Amino acid sequence: MEVFMMILLGFLVVCAISVSLSKNLMNSILIFMSYSLVMSVIWIIIESPDLGITEAAVGAGVTSLLFFATLKKIHAIVKLEEDGKEEQDEQKTS
Amino acid sequence: MSRRLPEQEYEKTFSYKFKQWLSGEKDPYLGEVEMQPQEEGPDAVVIQKQRRKNRHRAQRKALDLGYNAEVRIFQKIYKVFSVIFCICLMIVLLTGVSGLPTFGKMENPVNNEVSSRYIESGLQETGAVNIVTGMILDYRAFDTLGESHVLFIATCTVLILLRVDKKKGIRELEENDRVFEPENDVILQTVAKVVVPPIAIFGIYVILCGHLGPGGGFSGGAIIGAGLILYLNAFGFEETEKFFRASTYKKMSFGALACYALAKSYSFFTGANHIHSIIPLGTPGAILSSGLILILNICVGIVVAGTMYTFYVMFRKGGY
Repeated sequence: MEVFMMILLGFLVVCAISVSLSKNLMNSILIFMSYSLVMSVIWIIIESPDLGITEAAVGAGVTSLLFFATLKKIHAIVKLEEDGKEEQDEQKTS
Repeated sequence: MSRRLPEQEYEKTFSYKFKQWLSGEKDPYLGEVEMQPQEEGPDAVVIQKQRRKNRHRAQRKALDLGYNAEVRIFQKIYKVFSVIFCICLMIVLLTGVSGLPTFGKMENPVNNEVSSRYIESGLQETGAVNIVTGMILDYRAFDTLGESHVLFIATCTVLILLRVDKKKGIRELEENDRVFEPENDVILQTVAKVVVPPIAIFGIYVILCGHLGPGGGFSGGAIIGAGLILYLNAFGFEETEKFFRASTYKKMSFGALACYALAKSYSFFTGANHIHSIIPLGTPGAILSSGLILILNICVGIVVAGTMYTFYVMFRKGGY
């Protein structure tokens, strides 16, 4: 069990560093979601299932949904799609 | 006394010329100043490009370290000060941490009679099998009331910040928002039809069994709120508006918070005056036990579910 715990904690550290290092905002939100999910597993392992349930519902669910909605509001997701379309159009014309 | 000038005399006066110039009948410069048609300037796009290029050149020159000595000095000072500030912050934090008692020692101030009292007689006094819920909603119920109010106030603040006032604006925003959305997506709708009822039932279970096992009002409410958000994403605002509007949220939150405050003030009143409470504690382990905790859990769950859903709606559309 200790080895499993070590792996999970290492995953947390890797996630926390890569959230701040990734350039794409969408990727950072997805990494943040996985961070919360692993965190909820850790809560259950250290025998506080109350926090585990709350972390899974709030951290992995609602917070990342709010982040997605915000990204959409500031047109961070839409812009990427448009860029992709333009590239495709250029390829077609060329 | 003013007198009327004859027509020819009037045409020579200054006021007549001024009047003509003003109405545009005669240009005073015409015939006296040499005039040339203006050259057509370069295209607006070209001007913009030129300006952008100039600005880039100016910026590059301003930030060029070999050219601009002020920037060089500022950058050096900035680096030195940032390092000094970081070291100072680290020293303050590390001295603070080193002053803390060691984790898990017997003589720590955390290990006082309060926690042992909670563990020893918590089940007897609150009737809740889950000691955490007994602590949160019985011994420290005042804190939880404050937390629920904080959630409610946070929703009000989000409403003030993100609300779109005019009805027309809301409709336009919704149309714009749903352009890139898979409207009437069959996969999403089928999955939502299958998944949303179990999510809601699981949330209700977590709320109702908060005093028996892990869970409670907050987590159950968050689960129900997430299920509502999934339903909203699958079927759009028209379907959810049939049962959940702004007035619904207001009534729900107000009712739940008032119910919480009434129930808790009753228990505070009886507890402070040593009056025996009418509400029975029941047998520990049964669902109808532990006095007021079940009611308080339901109230907190209703507030949290409404708050989560309202947050999402506010972020998406800025109003119901």
